[in-house]
Amino acid sequence: MDALLLSRLQFAVATFFHFIFVPLTLGLSIMIAIMETKYVRTGDEEYKRMTKFWGKLFLINFAIGIVTGITLEFQFGTNWSRYSAYVGDIFGSLLAIEATAAFFLESTFIAVWVFGWNRIGKKFHAVTIWLVAIASNVSAFWIIMANGFMQHPVGYVMRNGRAELEDFIAVITNPFAWQQFLHVLFGAWMTAGFFVLGVSAYHLMKKNEVSLFRRSFNIGLVFALVFSVLVATQGHLHGNEVAKTQPTKLAAMESHWETQTNAPMYLITVPDPENERNSVELLGIPSLLSFLAYSNPDAEVVGLKDFPKEDRPPVWISFLSFRLMVGLGTLFPLVCLLAWFWRDKLPDKQWFARLLIWFIPLPIIALEAGWTLAEVGRQPWIVYGMMRTSDAVSPIDTSQVAITLVAITLLYTLLGFAEVYLLKRVAERGPVTH
Amino acid sequence: MLETIWFILWGVLWALYFVLDGFDLGIGMLMPFLAKDERDRRIMYNAQGPFWDGNEVWLITAGGVTFAAFPGTYAVLFSSLYTPLLLLLFALIIRGVTFEFRHLGETARWKRLWDICHFLGSFLAALLLGVAFANIFMGIPIDAQGVNEGNLLSLLNSYGLIGGIVFVLVFCFHGSLWLSVKASGEMEQRAKATARGLWFIVAIGAVVFLFFSAVFTKLYDNYLANPVLFLIPIGAVVGLLLSRMALGQNKQAQAFLWSGLFILCVAFFGIAGIYPALLPSSLNPAYSMTITNSSSSTLTLQIMLGVALVMVPIVLIYQLWVYKHFSYKLETDEDLYY
Repeated sequence: MDALLLSRLQFAVATFFHFIFVPLTLGLSIMIAIMETKYVRTGDEEYKRMTKFWGKLFLINFAIGIVTGITLEFQFGTNWSRYSAYVGDIFGSLLAIEATAAFFLESTFIAVWVFGWNRIGKKFHAVTIWLVAIASNVSAFWIIMANGFMQHPVGYVMRNGRAELEDFIAVITNPFAWQQFLHVLFGAWMTAGFFVLGVSAYHLMKKNEVSLFRRSFNIGLVFALVFSVLVATQGHLHGNEVAKTQPTKLAAMESHWETQTNAPMYLITVPDPENERNSVELLGIPSLLSFLAYSNPDAEVVGLKDFPKEDRPPVWISFLSFRLMVGLGTLFPLVCLLAWFWRDKLPDKQWFARLLIWFIPLPIIALEAGWTLAEVGRQPWIVYGMMRTSDAVSPIDTSQVAITLVAITLLYTLLGFAEVYLLKRVAERGPVTH
Repeated sequence: MLETIWFILWGVLWALYFVLDGFDLGIGMLMPFLAKDERDRRIMYNAQGPFWDGNEVWLITAGGVTFAAFPGTYAVLFSSLYTPLLLLLFALIIRGVTFEFRHLGETARWKRLWDICHFLGSFLAALLLGVAFANIFMGIPIDAQGVNEGNLLSLLNSYGLIGGIVFVLVFCFHGSLWLSVKASGEMEQRAKATARGLWFIVAIGAVVFLFFSAVFTKLYDNYLANPVLFLIPIGAVVGLLLSRMALGQNKQAQAFLWSGLFILCVAFFGIAGIYPALLPSSLNPAYSMTITNSSSSTLTLQIMLGVALVMVPIVLIYQLWVYKHFSYKLETDEDLYY
């Protein structure tokens, strides 16, 4: 184990953990803002209790999302200092803009929302949760523009031995970054939709606060349905962008070895990276891969063998995470359709309500798989085609990284348990009557 | 010129972070000593309630701005202070989650667990920030390649420790003042008495720090070259004196503001002293990370300046509004959210 591998593991732990909570807050904040707006418009107290109930769940996620976010910002400097010096001119400025333009707004006004129920006017109170919702999504925009630069660097010029900003507009209109942003955003809103759907289904099954949870269920359902369809269709466009700009990632996620035109797609594939081939390829559909990747059945798809070994991403991880994401992504719209048809029959369809509860974590798993593909599929580059991950790591001794890796893992595991315990407790208890 | 503007902004952001999160950390450290029962503890959590989250973003912005404007310094600084920074992070994490986590559980043991985390997190964060900044003021053994030749133990030198202790004391003083603004009745009196007691210790600590800065650091070189800079430490002294006077007149909010000025000036005392370096090297001044050898390109500095000139005043305005609107006294249980 060297500092590089340990730093990669440490970054993975920090990102995965952070990303359990962020997608939920992105979507949940919008749904809560909608609920509170309905309360202000109708004066119906049930919407107020609804807002407060989901708000409580939101706050637990928000707290842990914030504190684990600081870890990520620090880690670029602590563990990836050569990367930071090399692209800080561009990457650092995007992070700094995120903090000043979005993060402040979000963190300041969430407190106003929590402490302002009896201190500020009703309308302004609803405005504060909208500010939080908008700011957290704007936050996601800047972070993904920064990640988009790592995926597909644009708008820079090499000068003084580093990447310097040349065209800021190009950086924030980076087509790859925009595809990625929309993909993550739709995925996050869908995730929050499933969360609301699952928790509401639990209470409907128990015939608890039926009216309140039926309303919540419908809001969650609209989110889950609309965005599960959007994330899948837009995911296809994102895939086209990957095919165009990151051919090694495409080849690795498909375990595609030989360059060929009319490339087929196999329904069953077992990669064998040791021997640069697939040990099993069954049920091939001719030209499908060419068509999906380039919207042209005759297009040539470059195989992994045409890239030097040291430029290929890990095949197994890319291949499996892609399949996990797509597999789950196909399930989501189907489940939403069923939920749509049975939306008024839920208390009687206990098995389906239970299924929806089980679906709460699945979108998060799909999102994590998507990030795995995005980040592992980009290897061996930290900035695609520009800087290798192995050149990015800090000149620090292994023991420091090893100790902090153990500490972070331990701390996050404990926090994760506390978090799940609290979420479950607050979710099961339901809205408080007062 | 652009680099100097960014150096000043960089200093302002760190100093504002100390002023703002300083009182949160202070209240956290005082909790085991000032809270007698559950209600007292809740008052202390809620005194920080509407503010701590927004305050912490100043740290994120200060870090982000170091990254954006001086990526070279960010890289060397953060990797050089690897272990203390990650410890600071753990401290802030366990402290940050206590607010939401503690109040949602019911057993006394659960609450006790998070109270310990809150205290430890606040104390460690204050101490480490002090140790880190004292070491920055003094210089760190970075070599020509920007690699730190020291380790965690070498950071815990006498000046570093003095810095750590001074930060802890100053934040406790600042925290007790804010607590006396937000609390009422007996708790308010206790907070005021604590602030009065701490004032003397802080004053002694400040003098000791100024004295040892002359012994261990080269901070005063800039001051002797530019005597006008002495206004900064004078500002610190004035802030400290006026905060005691205001406290004597039972004007705690004013005392808190003066104590804020004191912290701002103490931070700037060091920051003005290291200019034009952001991270001086103790081995050889030529190895220092400075505003010229570690800054971003002119274009990035210009764009970022535009962003900062628009956004920072806006942030200050809405945060000031929050402070004004939520500085009400915590009196009934209705006021206690956590």
